[in-house]
Amino acid sequence: MTPSIPTPVPNADNQGFWDACARGELCLQRCTACAAWRHPPRPMCPRCHSLASEWALASGRGVVHTFTIVHRPTLPAFEARLPYNVVVVRLDEGPLMVSNLLACRNDAIHIGMPVVVTFTPLTDTIALPQFRPQASP
Amino acid sequence: MDRPQSHTIRDRAAIVGIGQTAFSKFSGVTEERQAAEAITAALDDAGLTLADVDGVARFDIENVNELQLVHGMGIPHLRFFAGVPSGGGAVAGTLVLAAMAVATGQANVVVCYRARNRGKQSSHGAKPLQGGRPWAKHAATLTDFYQYHVPFGLITPAQEMALIYRRHMHEFGTTTEHFGAVAVAQRAHAARNPRAVMRTPLSLADHQASRWIAEPLRMLDCCLETDGACAVIVTSAARARDCRQPPAYLLAGAQAEGPIHIRMADYLMHWQDHTAGAFVAEQLYGMAGVTARDVDAAMLFDHFAPAVILSLEDYGFCARGEGGPFVASGAHAWPHGSIPVNTHGGSLSEAYIHGYNHILEGVRQIRGTSSCQVENCEIVLVTSSNTDPTGGVLLRR
Repeated sequence: MTPSIPTPVPNADNQGFWDACARGELCLQRCTACAAWRHPPRPMCPRCHSLASEWALASGRGVVHTFTIVHRPTLPAFEARLPYNVVVVRLDEGPLMVSNLLACRNDAIHIGMPVVVTFTPLTDTIALPQFRPQASP
Repeated sequence: MDRPQSHTIRDRAAIVGIGQTAFSKFSGVTEERQAAEAITAALDDAGLTLADVDGVARFDIENVNELQLVHGMGIPHLRFFAGVPSGGGAVAGTLVLAAMAVATGQANVVVCYRARNRGKQSSHGAKPLQGGRPWAKHAATLTDFYQYHVPFGLITPAQEMALIYRRHMHEFGTTTEHFGAVAVAQRAHAARNPRAVMRTPLSLADHQASRWIAEPLRMLDCCLETDGACAVIVTSAARARDCRQPPAYLLAGAQAEGPIHIRMADYLMHWQDHTAGAFVAEQLYGMAGVTARDVDAAMLFDHFAPAVILSLEDYGFCARGEGGPFVASGAHAWPHGSIPVNTHGGSLSEAYIHGYNHILEGVRQIRGTSSCQVENCEIVLVTSSNTDPTGGVLLRR
């Protein structure tokens, strides 16, 4: 049996993020006092220190900010896909998000590349926000 | 910031003893045994005994705790004990704590140490931080911040750091040959050091031929996995003058984090002028009344070779973004470089004791006993991991 990927367990601070992912929507936390976007979710706005926030639908678009191509060693659950990429996406709304770039050869990945979100189910209630290259205009 | 001198730790404490075990890939003994060996060696070096010890400062993830020191080693009693968080970010912080304790009279003699079995064969117990690799022990479910990167296959420190160094390459033109210049120089330092685990000379071609771990990091960019322990003894400046060895005074010490740091990703957003390391540097040089030009040698935390490049920038030895060409020029290499770095071989070639062996080498430089001795060495910088909440100390003769 293939070892399974460690699975996120939502909590009171990030339930909205994971619920949206399961629906196929990228929702980010946005401060209702100063309108600043933030990710990963956290209770307080680091900009204005408000505890009030909402889950706002994001564009799902961004650019590759940095990336790595992973070789051994890694967790057994990921060995079948070696070598694989991990990207940090700078979302159009501002925050950075760790993810993977699908439908793209590892040697074609470059910083600044426009990408768009796509969702991959992990369990019945958790889907991972991953990315693919934006189609050429 | 205007502060009366007596209200800082400047020059009020000193390292008077250093001790260690042998460093190896497999010790065959427990971390508790290694801590006992290193601590007693450090006390012998200082001319003190376990009966003199009344304080402990350690990594908060250290497996050997105060109970083991008191009941296992026979320290009569402790009146000060504290831990510093953030793994390798704790190195210098332990010395800051110890200096604060002796400067305020909370303790007279403080033991600081790190004992660690991280060689692959060392599995003395199943604690998450004992032996083996902590990252390999993730549970099937993730309840903390790991849930934002582990499910995407971002698991190991090498993978996390690779993201930072790739961005540095993109912004500043740093190359993997620059990483190699760090690894090659440190191996040359280790070749002269009988304590070092890896002493076979290394060429840049060897570095470039080593296998990928997480691009752009190769195997020879990564620190060793070592069994061993290091300990130092800190006491007041006044008492230090009566000890057996010449004191290495704590000229300055500082910790820093900020402004934002959610694991590693946010490090990327702010590094132009707000890295935690640069904030440590500002505090250290301010407390000491010196600049980077006054520092004679630097023991920089090197979990990965390019961490040295970033620290050289953070601590002002070169401008932001110029760390790559700076090491390519040999500026970090003993004996001719302007700022010899990790003259013991560092974590890449001497041993990975979570950076604690760097303190010992800093003290040897101050005493004049390094195997790569810097001439007229008066001030040494020792730093904690600069990709964690971090810290640094300046030691002086």
